[in-house]
Amino acid sequence: MVKKLPKVDVVIAGVGWGGGIIASELAKQGLKVVGLEKGDERKTEDYYMVHDELRYALRYELMQDLSKNTITFRRDQKMRALPMRQYGSFLFGDGIGGAGVHWNGQTFRFLPYDFQIRSQTIDRYGENKIPTDMTLQDWGITYDEIEPYYDKFEKMAGISGEENPLGGKRSDKYPTGPMKHSPQMEMFKEACENLNYHPYTIPSANLSEQYTNPDGISRAACQYCGFCERFGCEYGAKADPVVTVIPVAKETGNFELRTHSWVRRVLHQDGKATGVRYTDITTGEEIEQPADVVVLTSYVFNNVKLLLNSDVGRPYDPSDGTGVIGKNYAYQVIKGAATGFFEEQKFNNFAGAGALGMVIDDFNGDNFDHSDVDFIHGGYLALTQTGQRPIQNNPIPSGTANWGKEFKENSLKYVNRTLSVGAMGASMPYKQHYLDLDPTYTDAFGDPLLRMTYDFRDQDRQLAKFTAEKSREILEEMGADQIDSMDELGPYNITTYQSTHNTGGVIMGADPETSAVNNYLQMWDMENLFVVGASAFPHNSGYNPTDTVGALAYRAAEGIVEYSKNGGMLA
Amino acid sequence: MAEKDQEKKEDLSRRRFLKNSGIAVGSLAVGGALGSMIPWGTEEKDTNQAANQGANYNQALMFFTQAEFQTVEAAAERIFPEDDNGPGARDLGVGYYIDHQMAGSYGFNARDYMQPPFFHGEKEQGYQGRLKRREIFRIALREVQNYSHQEYGEGFAELTEEQQDSVLQAFQEDNVNVTTISASGFFDLLRSMTLEGVYSDPLYGGNINMDGWRMRNYPGNQMNYTDIIDKDFQEIEPESLRDHM
Repeated sequence: MVKKLPKVDVVIAGVGWGGGIIASELAKQGLKVVGLEKGDERKTEDYYMVHDELRYALRYELMQDLSKNTITFRRDQKMRALPMRQYGSFLFGDGIGGAGVHWNGQTFRFLPYDFQIRSQTIDRYGENKIPTDMTLQDWGITYDEIEPYYDKFEKMAGISGEENPLGGKRSDKYPTGPMKHSPQMEMFKEACENLNYHPYTIPSANLSEQYTNPDGISRAACQYCGFCERFGCEYGAKADPVVTVIPVAKETGNFELRTHSWVRRVLHQDGKATGVRYTDITTGEEIEQPADVVVLTSYVFNNVKLLLNSDVGRPYDPSDGTGVIGKNYAYQVIKGAATGFFEEQKFNNFAGAGALGMVIDDFNGDNFDHSDVDFIHGGYLALTQTGQRPIQNNPIPSGTANWGKEFKENSLKYVNRTLSVGAMGASMPYKQHYLDLDPTYTDAFGDPLLRMTYDFRDQDRQLAKFTAEKSREILEEMGADQIDSMDELGPYNITTYQSTHNTGGVIMGADPETSAVNNYLQMWDMENLFVVGASAFPHNSGYNPTDTVGALAYRAAEGIVEYSKNGGMLA
Repeated sequence: MAEKDQEKKEDLSRRRFLKNSGIAVGSLAVGGALGSMIPWGTEEKDTNQAANQGANYNQALMFFTQAEFQTVEAAAERIFPEDDNGPGARDLGVGYYIDHQMAGSYGFNARDYMQPPFFHGEKEQGYQGRLKRREIFRIALREVQNYSHQEYGEGFAELTEEQQDSVLQAFQEDNVNVTTISASGFFDLLRSMTLEGVYSDPLYGGNINMDGWRMRNYPGNQMNYTDIIDKDFQEIEPESLRDHM
């Protein structure tokens, strides 16, 4: 028996950054919104014992329980996909705030090039620069069109930063000034200036100073305690939906939040969504929540899984490239990095903040000439100081033992004598990289798991080599005595942590034939269904994705308000 | 220090007992099982009780047998040995740390996807076995003993440091003939859990007295670094989560 609840204006599946932003914007406009979240409530007081590397970083306290739901993975269609039984390459956020709780807070805008990547690449290098199986697409929106929404997200979150000398034009400066500079950041800055690059301070959602945002929410400054990524912030200094948009939504009286509510289906009739069906995981009860507008704001994988399990939209078919749901899964190429060992200097590597660091964009996007390289796009290069916690950070020079007497000696010696330069390599979409439903494995409710088919390609291997070499040059200029850098990218491996920057599957665009949603993230095939998140990215840029996720969520919110008044397709 | 002496005394008297009774210490299954079934002499018990005043009552076993525990402690000590920098895994309580983890959700893979069917996969697809960590440990420790006896005629804990290293290396490089588990997979688990025991907050039973952190100038649980973030390297006396209670 499914319990049917009274209809509401809008129902949201997943209450992280996407859901929180949509909820606050819609509730402020007087719409009645219900937010369904499969995890638990979260609050700042939960983090009294948060400086616990084992519990949070290695046992994944804030992440989803994989025993209930995971994905399956294969590198190509010939392989048998097998479940990701334990965490590795990326992590699934859980509970109110989702991945917005455990992120680092690095808040970059994508480049103008990103949004028109196909046309600009062809304009400059010709059609042949794009491999035939690279399904590169423009986004159906320009940088100038998305800029106001970036500005909105950055002011809500209080981003601390200084202008990127090679970035898109800004309508306003960051709401708070840049983070403090540590000695190693100064070394990186000087080295990059010597090499004629353009270093700037990483834009940070860890506040550099006390800040009150346009919604009237005040937050304290970051204490550089070194526990951001995989942790919640006990100060509320790191922007997170729980300390920004969700209280604003609640304050209106128009937002009802239901935790432990696992959305399993989008319900629809005659081409329109009618609501969602979810399971109350505390009782097992099946509940139907009817709504005029349905918004999916779950993580990338779950947005796709929900659509496919609900028979919404046209599933992607890799054999001929038709269909859209599950198309253009992309990731991040971060292994093209280098580590420098300094014999004479010691650094406070234990201290830091998730978004503390210096960065250059000289090799990102199309900021350099790609005529003589075998890849497109690029990535930023950065020195970050996120707090090197001791279980996971035991740097040793390559070729030395990884256990025993030599390991102990080296790891103790180098832990505070090591600096790394890392790359945030962009990830291009390919015809054969996609998400669909697994034929064998199911979640705790018997629904098929999502299946990922993905591997690194020549584009990624060339890009990683290139960024590793540039990282090495910077460390040389910084005076490192010994430098280890990546030699070969190798195949994609789901067991080692790389990045929780998974993108695509419900991509945006200007053409209903090649994209799933328009530039308000409204489904082409179902006008009262909006799908919000990095699932909308047609490719992934050489940056962390959250600023763009936030900007698109603000744009979607504007679209939903408009749709609820006048209906129809918004673009 | 009294605590440590007491441990050594127990260890010695236990070994003497087993030796005198003709049971090979740590020998495969039999030694461990018999050893743990035989009660301590009453005389010894009295001295234990006296010395236990002020002892760390957290240092007892939830999962391993005494024999398994000795193997784990010895192996962890080879991975992170005592040296001029400071204590090794044994004195940092790593054996107890691993034992306690095996008894809890991590040992039971409670938050991992453990649904069938199980197929052998590519290494890029990660662990695909049906065994839980505690089962892997138990089987692997037996294999470590078998291999030690086969190569050197004694249990792992009785071998010289060089012999112990070569046993561990054989597991790390999959140069042992084991079937139900992956030898290198076990080694990687043992290595990562050793580092966890050395460097996790002392609340978990390892990193005793924060001496793991102290060796590498890691300050542990500090509320802020605002005053030093823009400064040169500073040594800071560590604090643990206990300091928040």
